[in-house]
Amino acid sequence: MKSVVVRSVSKLWGDARAVDNVSFDVEPGTLAVLLGPSGCGKSTTLRMIAGLDEPTSGVIEIAGKDVTGLTGSSRGVAMVFQSYALFPHLTVADNITFGLSVRGTPKAEMATRLAKVAALLGLGPLLARKPSQLSGGQQQRVALGRALIAEAPVCLLDEPLSNLDAQLRQELRHEIRALQQRLGITMVYVTHDQTEAMSMADRVILMRGGKIEQNGTPADLYERPANIFTAKFIGTAPMSFLDLDGGRVLGLRAEDIAVSRDTAQGVHATVTSVEYLGAEALVTCTLGERPVLARTRGAGAPAVGARVALSWEPAAAHVFDASSGNRLAIDPGAAIGPSHFQTLQSQGSINA
Amino acid sequence: MQPRRDSRLNIHVQGWLLALPAVVLLATFTHIPAVVTVIDSFYSTPRGVRRSVFIGFDQYQAMLADPIFWKAFENNLLYALITVPLAIGIALGMALRVNGRIKGRAALRLAFFTPTILPMVAAANIWLFFYTNDYGLLNQIIRAFGFANVNWLGSNATALWSLMAVTIWKEAGFFMIFFLAALQQVPPDLYEAARMENAGAWTVFRRITWPLVMPTTLFVAINALINAFRIVDQVIAMTGGGPNNASTLLLFYIYQVAFSFWDSSYAAALSTVLLLLLGTIALAQFYLLDRKVHYR
Repeated sequence: MKSVVVRSVSKLWGDARAVDNVSFDVEPGTLAVLLGPSGCGKSTTLRMIAGLDEPTSGVIEIAGKDVTGLTGSSRGVAMVFQSYALFPHLTVADNITFGLSVRGTPKAEMATRLAKVAALLGLGPLLARKPSQLSGGQQQRVALGRALIAEAPVCLLDEPLSNLDAQLRQELRHEIRALQQRLGITMVYVTHDQTEAMSMADRVILMRGGKIEQNGTPADLYERPANIFTAKFIGTAPMSFLDLDGGRVLGLRAEDIAVSRDTAQGVHATVTSVEYLGAEALVTCTLGERPVLARTRGAGAPAVGARVALSWEPAAAHVFDASSGNRLAIDPGAAIGPSHFQTLQSQGSINA
Repeated sequence: MQPRRDSRLNIHVQGWLLALPAVVLLATFTHIPAVVTVIDSFYSTPRGVRRSVFIGFDQYQAMLADPIFWKAFENNLLYALITVPLAIGIALGMALRVNGRIKGRAALRLAFFTPTILPMVAAANIWLFFYTNDYGLLNQIIRAFGFANVNWLGSNATALWSLMAVTIWKEAGFFMIFFLAALQQVPPDLYEAARMENAGAWTVFRRITWPLVMPTTLFVAINALINAFRIVDQVIAMTGGGPNNASTLLLFYIYQVAFSFWDSSYAAALSTVLLLLLGTIALAQFYLLDRKVHYR
């Protein structure tokens, strides 16, 4: 049985389609990330799973049950808000147990569960404090505790780390993932940060303009992007694109491109900038008018202005249809390596 | 060191100069009269050729034995006790009503606020029409239901209560604005977090809204309390304190003593008591507001 099923769900605000016929499901005990730029409909989708907004059309199932008309705890989901939404007048303990007390849970049980959650998140010494006396990271933990104490099978997180600094974000990323795996709960996690998505998710659902662009494992999205949008959005260094003949686009990851000073072989290009990162360097070259990003060892990076030769394994090439942006299936023999590219270029059919 | 001390002195002089207009106005019209009033209360009222003489606490002793003072004090306490909670309750209710997404929200807000823009005397005259014995609106209504006429402003039993109704009607709309501002400060996320837990409307009000508007409630309550002890215009316009002092309030009594009986020294003593009372309330306001606005 799936933990969360979203079937043909749309949400209209007036005439605007915030979410447009979206379907996906989440396996129990896994972490699914809804990823996308702002305004792509990921938060709206999450709010519909939470029951805070009702879909205009379509069905949402939690643990195999149609949950239309139910909200939050009564449909078996808990939520962590982007702003944490902690009650400023309540102590940490009262914030965490708010839901339990609303449902009339006995005091003794409440205390046991609070102690458990507090230990899990290291909140023990902070229980008597007010939210305003906590740091951002601590507030985040309290929000997490409030979601976890309900022991709901599904936990929803709406950009939970966006208000924290980079260091803390990384720590909490690990912590949330570890908690999710340890407790075996299902998490649906909304973010616009592809690093967060790639490092935490079992499945990434990439959205744009209210539609799903690709739904797969992080490796799927990175290694076999279904379209140019996915290829551009995923990966710390953006993929480089070169126009091919016949309305096709060649996509290359920076780490797949080898930079060589020996210009006897490969495609010739000029180095325009070098970003030194220590162990490695990001080298931007221009090929005709197009920038091409390559990743080299930090120590051996070429100098700016150098003439270099670029080469890559034919199997590393991604080919897309220029008009639809979709990935084109290429059989291994026809894959586009540097030599093939050179031939095409000399024939004048390449607009690089 | 020398030039630095000069510039410091300079800053202090500048500061005082900037504060001067406000200090002069406050001192001339508030502080000096207050102090003079307190001093006057220890002297007898000058009459004709008789100069005023120092009489110590005589006025205050006379006050303790003055049944009208006690009646006014009692009336005023009752007035505060009834009007303050009712006005606050109605104001909060109206604010909650017009804070939601409803049709004609702006018109409704304006309607609730209208009594506030009316001058008290105008409002009092409108209510005089409602309360009038024969053709008054209220009596027409109760007659339609078969009850006998009530002499709202003319009978011991109802005069004070009729005045209270006007105060509540006039103040609730004003206080609503404060509550509305407070309600709009509450982040909507908090209500959504409560919705996630399926908290009912009453639970949400009791556990989230009410504590979060508490500082405003306190602020409004103190101001309403001070207002309750400063009411004079509608007493003058509607009942003149009657019948038989049934609707006499402290400030109205002071006004009577000072400008009808021309006993300025006794009026000064009464004013001093009122001043102490209001001062205590104001102090309580500062103390409580500092304490209770705990979550910010």
